Amino acid sequence: MNTIAYIVQKEFKQIFRNKGMLPIIFILPILQLVILSNAATYEVKNIKFAYVDQDHSSTSRALVDRFNASSYFNVMTTFPSHEKASSAMLLGNVDVVLEIPKHFERDFIKEKASRLGITINAIDGAAAGVESGYINQIVQNFNKDLKVTYVGLSNKTPKPVNILSIPSFWYNITLDYKTFMVPGILVLLVSMITLFLSGMNIVREKEIGTLEQMNVTPIRKSQFIIGKLFPFWVIGMGLLTIGLILAKLIFDVPMVGSLLLLYGYTSIYILVILGMGLFISNFTDTQQQAMFIAWFFVVIFILMSGLFTPIESMPEWAQLLTEFNPIKYFVEIMRMVMLKGSGFSDILPLALKTLAYAIVMNGLAVWSYKKTA
Amino acid sequence: MGIRVTDISKSYKNVKALKGITFDVKEGELFGLIGPDGAGKTTLFRILTTLLFSDEGEATVAGYDVVLDYKDIRQSVGYMPGKFSLYQDLTVEENLNFFATIFGTTIEENYDLIKDIYIQIEPFKKRRAGQLSGGMKQKLALSCALIHKPKVLFLDEPTTGVDPVSRKEFWEMLKRLQKKGITILVSTPYMDEAALCDRIALIQDGGILEIDTPESIVHKFPKALYNIGANNMYQLIRSLNNYEHLYSVYPFGEFVHYADKRPAFNIADLAQYLDAQGLKSFSIEPTKPTIEDTFMELAKK
Repeated sequence: MNTIAYIVQKEFKQIFRNKGMLPIIFILPILQLVILSNAATYEVKNIKFAYVDQDHSSTSRALVDRFNASSYFNVMTTFPSHEKASSAMLLGNVDVVLEIPKHFERDFIKEKASRLGITINAIDGAAAGVESGYINQIVQNFNKDLKVTYVGLSNKTPKPVNILSIPSFWYNITLDYKTFMVPGILVLLVSMITLFLSGMNIVREKEIGTLEQMNVTPIRKSQFIIGKLFPFWVIGMGLLTIGLILAKLIFDVPMVGSLLLLYGYTSIYILVILGMGLFISNFTDTQQQAMFIAWFFVVIFILMSGLFTPIESMPEWAQLLTEFNPIKYFVEIMRMVMLKGSGFSDILPLALKTLAYAIVMNGLAVWSYKKTA
Repeated sequence: MGIRVTDISKSYKNVKALKGITFDVKEGELFGLIGPDGAGKTTLFRILTTLLFSDEGEATVAGYDVVLDYKDIRQSVGYMPGKFSLYQDLTVEENLNFFATIFGTTIEENYDLIKDIYIQIEPFKKRRAGQLSGGMKQKLALSCALIHKPKVLFLDEPTTGVDPVSRKEFWEMLKRLQKKGITILVSTPYMDEAALCDRIALIQDGGILEIDTPESIVHKFPKALYNIGANNMYQLIRSLNNYEHLYSVYPFGEFVHYADKRPAFNIADLAQYLDAQGLKSFSIEPTKPTIEDTFMELAKK
C-alpha cells in the first residue's frame, strides 16, 4: 500500500513538473469546451439565396418576400435566366436558387397547381437537407395562404380536416443546440485527455529506460499499474468538475439529474479509458506511436459516438460497432442525466455495460503488460 | 553463492547473441566481462537480472534461479544499466527515496553502504537528476542500485562516456564495495579497466574466449612483443604487414605492437628491413603484452 502511495506521489510530482504538459491538461480542454460549444452548431444560417422570376406577378413577388422575411435566408440577387443562376452557384456565390416559371400565378388560379424549381448546392449534404427543410416550410405556408386567397372562398367542396401538428421539444424546449452539445463535448475532454495521458505515460518510462529499472525491483505488476494510472483517474475527475462548472457558468446548461450519479458513472467510465491507455502503451515503444494509435481510436470513437451524427441514422453494421464505443455510452448518459434527470435505475443497463467493458479492458491490459519485456 | 552461469544461449530472430556461455563468479568477487560492443554483454546482464529469458541453459544469482526465484533475485540484486535510467524530472533525493521505498527500506537504514558515494552528490540533492553532470548521474545511479543493500551488483558499462578522473574514482568505489562483501559483475569495453578486476572473461560474438585473472590472461600471449615507433605510422604498419616473418601487428597509442613468427627474433633484422622501406627515426623495444594484446590474439582464432 505504501508503495502504491509513493508511486502516485511520484507521478503527481512528475506531472506538475512537466511545464509543457500542464497547459495541455488544463487549459486546452477549457478552450476546446468554450470554442467547440459555440462553434459546433446544427443550425444553418445566412443561406445565400437567389431567384429567377420569370412570372413577374404579385404572387411571385409575395413568395420572394417570404424568403426575404426569413432570418435564415439572405436574399441576394435575382438572375435573368437559369443559366446565369447556375454559373453563380458553380462559383459558390449562391447556395439556393428558386425558379419561378412563367404563368406561375395564372396556372395556380386556373389549374389549382403550379410548379417551382429549387436548386440547392448539396456539397455539404447535411446543410442541404436543413436548407431543403426550411424552403419546404416557407413554400407550404405560402401555399396555404394562397389557397385561402384564391381557392378557399370559391371552393364549395368540403374542406379536408386540417391536421395541425404542434411539436413540443422535451428536455430542450428552445432547441438550444448548446444544451445538446456541451455535455457531449465535456465527454470528449474527459476521454481524450485521460486516454492520451495514460497511453503515453508508461511508454515514456519505456523510452527513458526507467521501466527496465523498475522491472528489476521487487515491485508488483498491480502496484505499478495502479500507481501509474490512479493520478490520471484523478485528473479525469478533475476535468469533469471543471467542465461542469464551465457548462453551468458560461452556457447555463441545465443540470436536472443527480451530480453524484454523474460522478459515480464517470468513475467507472474513466477505468475503461485508462485500461485502453495501458493497453496501447503495452504495444508501443515510443510516445509517438502511442499518440498516433490513441488518436486513431479517439477520432473513430468521437465520430461514432452520436455526438455529431445520430447513431440511429448509421448503417446497421456501424450501429453494431458503436456498441464497443465507450464514448457513446458516456455521451448518452451525460445527456440523460444532465438534461432529462435520469435516475440510477435508468442508467443502470448502460452503467453495467460500461463496468463490464472496464473489467474486460483492464483485464486485457494487465494480461498484456508483461513484466519481463 | 555469487553467480553461476551454465550453458546460457539466447537468440534474437536471426542473431545468436549468446552461444552457450558458462562461468562462475565467486562470492565477493569483482568479475569483469570484457568485450567489444555487440559481444552479448548486455543480453547476459538482462538474463541475469530476470529481464529476459534465456533460450537454453541455467543461471543462478546469489543462489537463486533466474527463472524460478526471480522474485528473490529482484530483492537481492542491484542493477545499473548502461543507459542512465532514473527519473530525470525528480531530484537526487527524490530518486533515492523512491527506490528505497520500492525496496521497502529507507535511506537511513542503508546509509553506511552508500555514504562514500552519496556524500559527493549530497550538496546537489535538491537538483533534478536530469541536470546533473555525467559523473554525478553515475554516482546517483550507483547509489540507487545500492540503496537496498544488494548481495550482487550488476554494472553494465558503467564508465562508458565518463571522463578519466571519474572513471578512476568509480573503480575505487567498486573496490570499496567489494570489501563490504558485495559480489560485483561489471562489463566494460575498456581493456585498461579489466586489469582492476579479480578475474575477467573475454567475450566476443556471444562466446567466451578466456576466463582468468588479468595477470594470467596477459601471460597467455604466445610471443615476445615489441613496441615499434616511427615517423610515419601508416607506412610503418603497411611495411610490417608485408614483412615475411610477421606474426601480428596492432596500433597501440603512438606505437604499434609487433610480434614475430620466429622464436629467435633479431631486432637488427627488422631494423634493416624498415630502413630499406624508407622509414626514419624508428625505435624497436621489447614490451610486455597487455590484456588488449591477448584479446586481439584470442579474437583472431
